[in-house]
Amino acid sequence: MLISMRDAFGEAIAELGKTNSKILALTADLGSSIRLDKFAREFPDRFFNVGVAEANMIGLAAGMALEGFIPFCTSFAVFLPGRCFDQIRVSLCQNKANVKLVGSHYGFTNPGDGASAQSVEDIALMRVLPEMTVICPADAIETKKAVLAMAHQNGPAYLRISRTGTETVTREGDPFEIGKARVLKLGKKITLIACGTMVGIALRAAEKINGEVINLSTIKPLDKATILKSVKKTQRVITIEEHSVYGGMGSAVTEMLSQEYPVPIKIMGIPDVFGQSAREYQQLLDKYGLTEENIIKEAAKLR
Amino acid sequence: MVPLTISELQNTAKAIRRDSIEAIYRAGSGHPGGSLSATDILVSLFFGGVLNLDRKDLKSEKRDRFVLSCGHVCPSYYAVLAHLGFFNEDLLNSLRDLGSSLQGHPSSVYSDFIETSTGSLGQGLSVGAGMALGIKFKMQSSKCKVVVLSSDGEQNEGSHWEAVMQAAFHKLGNLCLIIDKNGMQIGGETKKVLDMDSLSDKYKTFDWEVYEADGHDFRSLLSVFSRFNEEKDKPKVVICKTVRGKGVSFMENSLKYHSCSLSEEEYRKAMEELC
Repeated sequence: MLISMRDAFGEAIAELGKTNSKILALTADLGSSIRLDKFAREFPDRFFNVGVAEANMIGLAAGMALEGFIPFCTSFAVFLPGRCFDQIRVSLCQNKANVKLVGSHYGFTNPGDGASAQSVEDIALMRVLPEMTVICPADAIETKKAVLAMAHQNGPAYLRISRTGTETVTREGDPFEIGKARVLKLGKKITLIACGTMVGIALRAAEKINGEVINLSTIKPLDKATILKSVKKTQRVITIEEHSVYGGMGSAVTEMLSQEYPVPIKIMGIPDVFGQSAREYQQLLDKYGLTEENIIKEAAKLR
Repeated sequence: MVPLTISELQNTAKAIRRDSIEAIYRAGSGHPGGSLSATDILVSLFFGGVLNLDRKDLKSEKRDRFVLSCGHVCPSYYAVLAHLGFFNEDLLNSLRDLGSSLQGHPSSVYSDFIETSTGSLGQGLSVGAGMALGIKFKMQSSKCKVVVLSSDGEQNEGSHWEAVMQAAFHKLGNLCLIIDKNGMQIGGETKKVLDMDSLSDKYKTFDWEVYEADGHDFRSLLSVFSRFNEEKDKPKVVICKTVRGKGVSFMENSLKYHSCSLSEEEYRKAMEELC
């Protein structure tokens, strides 16, 4: 079943709003696109459309957090974090401010709008910041759990969510904890580490190559133990993400493994290019090689 | 605390200037020009009865919040806090030292008496507006205010003006901005870098309450700052005309002393003038 992560986010924050009066929702004029309508309707005094001004939104949220609130800042992942990196760096991270960032429409999940609207670098931007937690949930179910978990954890965090419907790969009853990866399928020949929209593709590929699939929904802090346990068994790794091959989840995994347990690795993601317009999301995944077939091909090369 | 008299404020300001120069000299680097231009503003705020603070209860909900948006002028701010008893004056000698709570730009992580980390220009007013909005939301009848000190060079930053618009839109009468208009920035005279003259008109157009003051005249400063507690549905800005390097003749209006290390000779000459 395909459900959009942004729909799940909208449900989750509206639910949070009921139980926690400190939750605020801010948006840089993209409230409906990020499904804040329900929250805005039910808690109008805790909803702030700050206008098309992302940098100021971060400062406002920092100030509100310093006064004890838990602001969720929302925009497209190209603008948040891209448009307000220094504000996130100084006013959030250098204050350890309890602000949650939500970047929607990441990767190619906004296919029609083209390169300016397609974020291929947001994980890299957020991962490099001290104090920042980076979460890329696998599906709508996990998005909801991630939103609730972020609200409970103190400090800055970035949540990366998709626009288009994403296949459901986790179950309601599955545990979710920030900083914990989960093995979704056991296998012996290779470890496929995926995040977000790529988890489903990795699961299908793994069926054909006896692969073990790790859903790495928290990219920072990295769950070394779960990765190392699997890699020590399979001795080979492919990482798959809808993000640049530079600086993203694959880089995080590679940095760790190269120092703790070097094994052959292939980082699969968007090559060092910006996206472009397409009528269908799948066309872009095909164009840039983010497919089940390509995973199988790359796995063969790693033998 | 009981507000100081005008002559006491003048004496305190001189001591703050001496401490700022001493700290920058010992640190081996810093920003004397802005530290000296902002001194009388800071002394008025903290010793003239403008800000309501409790050094024994730093996080009291009732306190006024102070944000030093132009974080590089922190030596004089630190000296003010030392004189108020927030910490021992000896600590001023640790400015810019490894692990010191007196970082080269204010850090809330290293110092519990700093409300928000600054140093990257153009962010303080946004954070201050967030605080003001937060205070209004959680304590509707609260009298506490948020005071943000900014520089004229900082007026170049686009994000600052995003906050200017937002503050007026939310009618943040509890937000007070002070601009230390010393007419200079790191690249030269503000008029020659990016002319931001007629700042008053700009803020009026953005629907702020606008005041002007002589930034080195305590009567002028206190008279305007006394309006901070008036209940308005507009944010307030005070544009203070100041002199960069004020109080040390060879630093006044000099580009060299924006950011520098002070030689022993410069240090001695400055301290003699500030006796």
